[in-house]
Order: sequence, then C-alpha cells, then structure tokens
Amino acid sequence: MVEVQFRFRDDEAVNDAAVTVDAFVADGFAQTNATAVRIEPGDDARALLPQLDRLALIEVNFPAWTDGRGYSSARLLREAGYTGEMRAVGDVVIDMLGHLQRCGFDAFAPDKALNPDDAKNAFARWDNVYQATVVDGRQAIWAKRHPA
Amino acid sequence: MYKYDEYDQQMVDTRVAEFRDQVRRRISGELTEDQFKPLRLQNGLYLQLHAYMLRVAVPYGTLNSVQMRLLGDIADKYDRGYGHFTTRQNIQYNWIKLDETPDILAELATVEMHAIQTSGNCIRNISSDQFAGAAADEIIDPRPYAELLRQWSSFHPEFLVLPRKFKICVIASETDRAAMRLHDIGIKMVKNDAGEIGAQFYAGGGMGRTPMIAPMIRDFVPLDQLITFAEACLRVYNRYGRRDNKYKARIKILVHELGRDEYVRQVEEEFAHLLTQPIEPPLAELERIKAHFTDPAFDAGASDDLDLSDPDFRLWVQRNTQAHKQPGYIVATISLKPIGGIPGDASADQIRLMADLGRDHSFDELRVTHAQNIVLPHVKKADLYTVWKALDEAGLATPNLDTVGDIIACPGLDYCSLANARSIPLAQKISQRFASPERQAQIGELKLKISGCINACGHHHAGHIGILGVDKKGVENYQLSFGGSEGADTSLAKITGPGFDEDGVVDAVEKATDVYLANKQGEERFLDTYRRIGMDPFKEAIYG
Amino acid sequence: MKILTGNDLKSGAVIWWTGVGWSLDVNDSADVADSGAALIAREEGVQNVFAAYVVDGVKDEMGVRPAHIKERIRALGPTVRLDLTLKPSDPQAVNWVI
Repeated sequence: MVEVQFRFRDDEAVNDAAVTVDAFVADGFAQTNATAVRIEPGDDARALLPQLDRLALIEVNFPAWTDGRGYSSARLLREAGYTGEMRAVGDVVIDMLGHLQRCGFDAFAPDKALNPDDAKNAFARWDNVYQATVVDGRQAIWAKRHPA
Repeated sequence: MYKYDEYDQQMVDTRVAEFRDQVRRRISGELTEDQFKPLRLQNGLYLQLHAYMLRVAVPYGTLNSVQMRLLGDIADKYDRGYGHFTTRQNIQYNWIKLDETPDILAELATVEMHAIQTSGNCIRNISSDQFAGAAADEIIDPRPYAELLRQWSSFHPEFLVLPRKFKICVIASETDRAAMRLHDIGIKMVKNDAGEIGAQFYAGGGMGRTPMIAPMIRDFVPLDQLITFAEACLRVYNRYGRRDNKYKARIKILVHELGRDEYVRQVEEEFAHLLTQPIEPPLAELERIKAHFTDPAFDAGASDDLDLSDPDFRLWVQRNTQAHKQPGYIVATISLKPIGGIPGDASADQIRLMADLGRDHSFDELRVTHAQNIVLPHVKKADLYTVWKALDEAGLATPNLDTVGDIIACPGLDYCSLANARSIPLAQKISQRFASPERQAQIGELKLKISGCINACGHHHAGHIGILGVDKKGVENYQLSFGGSEGADTSLAKITGPGFDEDGVVDAVEKATDVYLANKQGEERFLDTYRRIGMDPFKEAIYG
Repeated sequence: MKILTGNDLKSGAVIWWTGVGWSLDVNDSADVADSGAALIAREEGVQNVFAAYVVDGVKDEMGVRPAHIKERIRALGPTVRLDLTLKPSDPQAVNWVI
C-alpha cells in the first residue's frame, strides 16, 4: 500500500481495501459491503451517488498527472455531499497539489514520495483564488471584492 | 481598459514566484523535462526549432502604451530586437533563455502582463473583436465579459489538465471580426426581446486537422449565469473529451462524435446541477469590470473632416481605417505586412513607436488583431495625418488591410518544429507579386492565409485563399484552397487539386485572381465570385 | 551518417554531438551510428542536453548536411532572417538549406 504522505483530516485514516466502481455498483450495490472505492479516469463518478453515504474513503487514481479527469470526479462528489476522505493516488505531483486540494482532495498518496518542503510551498502558494470551487471552503476573490 | 486591483497583481506576482521555483527545480534536475514541460507550457514557454519561444498574453488583444513599450524593451533586452504578433492576439519572442524567463515574467508583471496559460492543455487567451469599444455596430463592448472569463479561467483548478488546449472568443456584433465560430467556445453577446443582454454560446469550432464550425448550443444565457454555463461546458469536456489520441482530443471532436444535441443535453444537465452551487460571481463584479471599459473622454466638438488631398494618405485612409461610433474619430489599423516583409513581425523600435502613437493619439490604447496587425482604436480625425506620417516613416503605413497583401502566415518551418514547410518566404513572394497598389485596389478584399502544417495556426481553412504547406518527400509543397471565411458567413476552404512548389503556388494565386477579375459582377469580392461560379473556372485556369 | 541534435537546457541553443561534447556548429557533428539512444539517455541524464534526437546526415566537402530540410533550417537559423543565423554574411546559406 502506498503511503498517504499528506492528509488534512482530523479523523482516523481509513485503510480499507478499495474496490472498483464497477464492483461497488454491481448487483444494485449489494455485491460488496466495501466502504472504500477507487475511481479510475474513465469511471463515471456519479455512479456512486446512490450510496455515497456508505463510503469513508474514495481514492481517485491519476495514472498520469496530465489526465485531469480525476479533478472533476472529486469535485462533483464533494458537490454531491461526500464528506469522507478524498485521496489522490498515483502520479501525484508537487505542482498540482494546491489544485487537487481545491477540487476537494484532503489526502495525497503519491507513487513516489514528494519533497516535503516543496509540497508545503505548493499547498501554501496561493493566498487568493479567482474561482469558487465551493468544495475547498475558500472565498473567491470576487467574494472578497463584494462582501455580502 | 481593465486595471489590476491588489488581488490581480498578487496573482501574477505569485505566478512568477511559482514559475521561478519550477525553473530552479528543473535546472537542479529535481524536475525532469517530461515533468517540467507541461508546467513551462502553462507559462507560455515553448521549445521551437531554434530556441525557447515565449508567448506573452495580450488579453482579448487590448493593451496600453506602457505595456506595448515594455514589449518592445523585452525584445531588445531578452531577445533579438523584434517580436511576432500572433493569430490569437498575443506576442511571441523567438530567442528566449530558460534561466531568464522568470525575470521576464517579473518585468511583465510590473505592467500587469503575463504569459499565463498561453500554451498547454488548458484554457488559453480569450480573444475578442479588435474594434471593441470603437465599432459602431457592436451592441455592447464584449471585453468586460472576456475579462470576467479570463479571471474565471486563470488557474481554474478543475481545468488545468484538459484533454487539449481550449480557445474561447467573445464578440458583440453581428459582424464577426474575430472568427468566433472557429473557436472551442464562441460567445456572442446579444439582446433578447426584452432588451436584456445575454450570451449566445457556440461550441466545437476549430481549425487544425479537422476544421469545424461551432454549432450554437444555447441561444441566450443570462448574465448572472454566464460563468456557471461556461463551467458546465468545460466540465463535460474535461470528463468526456478524448484522451486516447492527441489529434482527436479537442472539444470539436466530442461535439461531433456525440452530436450537437447530445452534447447540449449533457451540458444542460451539468448546468442545472451547477446552478445549485454558489460559483457565479455577483453581477456587481461584472459592473466593477465594466467600469474600466467606459468610453474615453472624447472631444464632442472634434471635426469630422479629413483632408485627403495627399494621395498616399488617401489610399491608406481608404484601406486601413474604419468608421468610429463617435463623430470626429476614426479607427486606424497599422499593417504589419510591409511588401516583402514578415507578416506580424515588428522591431523593438517599431513597437515603441506604436506605443507612443497609442499614448498620444488613441487615448493610450492599442489592439492586436488575429490577422497579426495592430489597431489604434480611438484616433481623432484631426490627428490622423500626423499619425500616418509617423507610421510611414517607420515602415508601418502599408495601405493593405484585408487585401491580398495583408497575408496571415504562421511562422512556419523557419521557426516552428511542428511545420512541414516554410510559410514566410511564400508570403513574401506573394506580397511582392501583388505589390502594385493599383492591382491591390482592383482585387479588393482578399483574405489570404498560409499555414506551414496541418495544425493550421495560419487559419488557412478560413482563407478566401488558403495555402497549406506540406512535406512531399522532403521537399516543400503547397496545397491551394479557396472559399474559406471566418466571418458570420463562416465556411471552410476547398482544395483546388494537386499541390505546387513555392513559385508554382504564387503563379496559381495570380491566375486565380485573374479568373476572379474576369468574372466579377458588381461589387463582388473574390470570395463572392468564387461562391457564385464555383471551383471549375479556377481549376481550368490553374491546371490547364 | 547518424547525427545527434538537441538543445542546451538554460539557453535553449541548438547543439550537435561532436563525439566528445556539444557544439553549436552542425559541421562538428560526429557519426553516432547505433549509439544514439544510449548517448541521449546519458547526456540528458546529466543535463548536458535535452530534447535530443537522432537524424540522418551526409558528410560532404563543406561539412555535415542534415538529410531533412527541417534540420538544415535548425542548423542554420531562420532563412528569412539571415542576420540572425549562424552564417549572416553567407549568400549561399539558403541554397544549402533548400
């Protein structure tokens, strides 16, 4: 199992074996009682929606960091109300850490351990953000410009 | 034009610091080239045939004199004394050093400029009408909407690793001066029956290997849903755009393969969901941006007269100027296509001269057009002769806007490692063949575009005459096509037949213009005659 | 012959493998025969070059001439700005490319 190198949650880490999306949804979600799912780039994350509450861990795999589908998967699952651990696994690179976090990831298990100082800088890089992703809890610049 | 507030300034400064650190990590070897390449692309730094090339963003083609002057100074300080204005309203420098790039970006940031997302698989520079804010026919200035979208798209965390590049264009007139329907997303600002302004969306246009005209996907998006709708379009693309084949990864392929109606259905579904999320900026933000785009302090008493007794001046005015919405003023286009010159190139001195003219005679504003020219949008007619004389002295007064001499050409094999053939020498030869002003006047409007490879950065598919350079067993060869148009009557050019060598295609272009002149009816342009009489008379003349 | 070209990491300059090092001049190119891939791996590994690749070339009385027009332009510089090429005062430079 690849180590979770960075985690931004207070609760205990979930280390259940993650099943595939197909396995999770099979037989009307009855095939498995898994509480962890691993999403591949080609999966439809919304297939999980009917039983999102069961999940304590969602791993989103990035076989290559240049395949950005996992960002949408994570964010839309957060939009749907998922509050468990959202873990980025695979080719997780320093320069995307901040962006991953803004899409709702709160745990990072890169294939190759990252330089911790570079990672710290990356997470802290952007004092402000132009967009509201909502799921990161950050206020967009336009909200700061126009306090409600 | 837009002025940064402290937030905008901090964002570009932060980006410079981020890139400086990425360069440090690359030079130290901590980042391999494979890891670094997507990062440098998102800061506009390409590797070209001879060196690194830096593409600096000119958001929706608008800049002021301080910015323009710095672009000239950067050419001198960090490059070889010139810059190249591109078909997406940006500027490129061809001889940049990696270890100097962070300093260049830092200098750009001091004048509110950057190279953010000018390359890479992300949302690129948002383009617009070069006559925005000056044209009489726009319903509203499109640029505030482009600025709103620019901020939304900058470092958008969900859309930084799209299947492929993503180009957005915003216009606000029926006359499309920005090739809107040849973009991944094109937006036309419109008025509904109630007189409200909204956004008409088109998606899936583009050139390249498989040129397509974007179908309309939404007739009217209210202003308070603009960002949400754009986000829905991008999310569907990010999730379902092809990632198996680089040449099938643009949104035009997705729209084509799904079919327009299915793409629309998916977007509307995502849009309905995203409307439940508080992601839309308040209208107050749009109003804040709009406040930067008010009319300059026009002189209401400015004379609408022009002394056209100087024949050279008269010719330039006839060809290179457009009516301004404000009496007493005029829109002037500076041609960067001197006869036999390199289309779109300008020396540092020329760039600085244009900056000064913008400052002194155009309310400190200039525009870059996608046809690789520069516009002074707000010139007082009383000052026009002075402006023209200064341009003429600097070799910037070629009176050829939209004529056969106003060639759009990509850098081609002289600069670009993707190219199959050189495009610039061909442009120079065609320019020289048609150098005579009388001949140019006779032929009239003729948009000739040259691409050095199938990626079509020269927009040859949208040329009244389009030329594509190919590699024929290691020798440069050129395919000729007719009938493309980037305007509201968007159409794609058709190939004439077998290709030519460089001299052969120049002759073929000349024969084509002869056929046009022999068959022209009334005020027809080349494009109109071609559309009326078809390809056959041209083929006969060219191939015998 | 097989010749090797790439770019200098910091400056971006086009460089050619001479057999012992990297030169700005294509005429210094050595024949790498079959060892191109191995050389690339080694030289890129220590960051003497990046974006390196092998092309065909011909040795003639003037020096080394890349087989494809693209690399000849790469070797010389832009044919439309001879002042910016490696041979600004050579009237035959463009003929060598074509």
